Amino acid sequence: MPSFAPKVDPKNPYDTPHAPTWCPGCGDFAIWISLKKALEQLNKKPHEILIVYGIGCSGNMANNIRTYGWHSLHGRAVPTAVGAKLANRNLTVIVAAGDGDSYGEGLGHFIHAIRGNVNVTYIVHNNSIYGLTTGQASPTSSKGMKAKSTPEGLIDEALNPIALAISAGASFVARGFSGNAAQLQNLMVQAIQHPGFAYLDVFQPCVTFNKLNTYSFYYERVYDLQADKSYTAQDRQAAFVKALESDKLPTGIFYKDSKRKTYEDELAYLQGKALATYSGKPRSVKKLFSEFK
Amino acid sequence: MSRYLFSWKIGGEAGFGIKSSGLMFSRLCNRVGYEVFGYDEYPSLIRGGHNTFEVTVGKEPVASVARSIDILVALNTEAITRHRNELNHGAVIIYDEKTTQITLTEDELKRNIKLEHVPFGEIVASVKGSPVMRNTVSLGASAALLQIPFKMLAGVIEHTFGHKAEVLDTNIKVAQLGYDVIAKRIETIDFKIKLPEIPNNIEMLLTGNEALALGALAADLRFYAAYPMTPSSSILHYLATKAVSEKLIVKHAEDEIAVINMALGASHTGVRAMIGTSGGGFSLMVEALGLTGITETPLVIVNVQRPGPATGLPTWTEQGDLRFVMHAAQGDFPRIVLAPGDHAECFYLTAEAFNYADRYQVPVIILSDKFLAESYRTVQDFNDSLVKIDRAKSVMSDSALARMKNYKRYAVTETGISPRSVPGQANGVYLANSDEHDEFGYSTEESAMRIAQVRKRAEKFALAAKALNGANLYGDPKAKTTVVAWGSMKGPVQDAIHWLPDKLRDRINFLHLNILWPFPSEKVRQILSRSKQALLVENNSNAQLGGLIREQTGIHIEHRLLKYDGRPPYIGEIKERIMDLF
Repeated sequence: MPSFAPKVDPKNPYDTPHAPTWCPGCGDFAIWISLKKALEQLNKKPHEILIVYGIGCSGNMANNIRTYGWHSLHGRAVPTAVGAKLANRNLTVIVAAGDGDSYGEGLGHFIHAIRGNVNVTYIVHNNSIYGLTTGQASPTSSKGMKAKSTPEGLIDEALNPIALAISAGASFVARGFSGNAAQLQNLMVQAIQHPGFAYLDVFQPCVTFNKLNTYSFYYERVYDLQADKSYTAQDRQAAFVKALESDKLPTGIFYKDSKRKTYEDELAYLQGKALATYSGKPRSVKKLFSEFK
Repeated sequence: MSRYLFSWKIGGEAGFGIKSSGLMFSRLCNRVGYEVFGYDEYPSLIRGGHNTFEVTVGKEPVASVARSIDILVALNTEAITRHRNELNHGAVIIYDEKTTQITLTEDELKRNIKLEHVPFGEIVASVKGSPVMRNTVSLGASAALLQIPFKMLAGVIEHTFGHKAEVLDTNIKVAQLGYDVIAKRIETIDFKIKLPEIPNNIEMLLTGNEALALGALAADLRFYAAYPMTPSSSILHYLATKAVSEKLIVKHAEDEIAVINMALGASHTGVRAMIGTSGGGFSLMVEALGLTGITETPLVIVNVQRPGPATGLPTWTEQGDLRFVMHAAQGDFPRIVLAPGDHAECFYLTAEAFNYADRYQVPVIILSDKFLAESYRTVQDFNDSLVKIDRAKSVMSDSALARMKNYKRYAVTETGISPRSVPGQANGVYLANSDEHDEFGYSTEESAMRIAQVRKRAEKFALAAKALNGANLYGDPKAKTTVVAWGSMKGPVQDAIHWLPDKLRDRINFLHLNILWPFPSEKVRQILSRSKQALLVENNSNAQLGGLIREQTGIHIEHRLLKYDGRPPYIGEIKERIMDLF
């Protein structure tokens, strides 16, 4: 009955005794490594971080990063993260979930988290396929894609989650690519630093089940928005135009609004403190009785 | 019968101010020195339809609906046609003959039922009041009929409208005019019930939901999430008004799935969290109920039941979810199911629910229902100093955590309970995992660890079963006839027993269950084995407790009063069923 103790390696404080179980070449490796490097770059200690994982290949990363973690239900990582961040705003709260998780089962939560602008970083491992269930079309699969659940070709149009996020009013919208780890790390750092709900979609090729959206597919199409210095990422309409591009695929930060208040800041009565600061003993409720008399 | 005096009922369209009149009448009776129980019935719409508010008045605490009306205030004709069969011998109908044409039947006349015309509409028009004030006229008439001094009613009206000076004056005027109509001819009305002033403290008049919310606050609730759903919404409404002063977060989330997952996130950080819903919303939460179980996260879940399935009867009452909440979610894992019996239990048992959740690191489900949650009762102040906080191993100090050499969040212990760190604490890093996991929380599919973790969780339930006892016996333990009920049926059964003739009353005891899971098998078996006959009272169609008792004790209760038309059993109905046993 082995339980492997998470021995802390001071050089690699975010490592656990468990190696990832992804296929060789999986785009998840780059997300995993970039995330650990981003946390290191930001000098966040493992105990100051809570990562909430979805269910799928992406969620299996829960065993491979040593921070406080919550391996949630399929589609439900976002509300869990929102609840945790509201309760303790001192934590760095990050969600790592897949495209099935985020755009299928959990799509509603995505929109509402954008509305609330809770200071949570949302990283979506987007491989346009269901990997852990061995290859069905996902909400971001291309129309016509043949997969196990769509042998005659997918009838539905692919969702454009970047355009959706911008139209819903997200305060930080970015896209990365597993084939560009340096950019990805930088985007993660900026997303984590963003004061508000920071959404980062990551093109993450599934080398086993998605034969369409391969590394070379993306290498031929991606370009860095920030390479164009005139693109400020402050203009929502310009960002929306970029989000609709499909021949070429922009990566980098589409849109950023650092002025919008976070949900936590709107709760002024908590004076910026974690809820736990107030708790611990019985609350006298006698004073509340008079209004019933 | 001593503790029960009479029933008053007002009926009319939604929008007629039925509920506010009911509350004012309830408060009036309490100020004169009496105990009240108020219950409103309304369809699921905002305007139109038929609404009622029924007040049971007693010298001692009353806790249910008599449906034996002594004063019926009819704001429209429908209020008479619908409720004339509920009238007691000698009852008075207060109505406005200008808007309501009605003649009494021969039988009604024989039973000394009387029509008393009060010109609601004319009175309101005479002071240029709003038509909704007809209800205040009727309160004046009711007070006069019971010979309550007008100044007491004026006090209650002031209490209600004190913050709106103009409305206050007009309401007092029309109440006085309505009062005078009846007061002038009181000698000619053959009505026996009077409400002389008796010394008594002014008590709280509150709903089960409000009592429950107060209990949660007393127990240091810091995070409440909900999605509106009748009849649970008033918990959300009440707590939302207290968020700022009491320093808690009240979150109306996008759906019930978000509600429970948000609350789990909050609880994961170490604060006490609660969610509230009705059966439909609970259905959406079920997957995350299992997540609560496997991650061993403390959480209090309130299910205020209403008749199902699906949308069912949205604004009515039923105890139909007992089996559902006991078994909801895939796999075996421990949970605790509580069912407070009255308003005081709503307060104290809810406060205790948080201790159970922390002590056993399990979901604790509180089953209330529309009847308990939305009924108003006069109660003495709750004693909040009786509320103790025991967080057991669910929180550790930083220093205690630092002293642990090899901290394992899911350590396999003898009791099944493991120490819990929370995010932010150094040395406590762990993974809460919806997958089966090892002692550190990392996923495992190994046979031995799977068995160890399933057993560990089961051990916690065994421990809870030893510690908790939800079987409460009222009355003479030697009595040979036992009435059995759970949750909200406590009040109706107790009131019915009080209605029995003295000689019969002494031959009956009452077994009430307010902790249903773990089931108090041993105690229930002992009590039922001693009695010769038992009557089961449940507000559902399938005798869910009856089945559970049979499953857990082998005892089959033959006599049953099962009601499932959306209404609670009335005092008289239960009384008759008990009498039938003899």
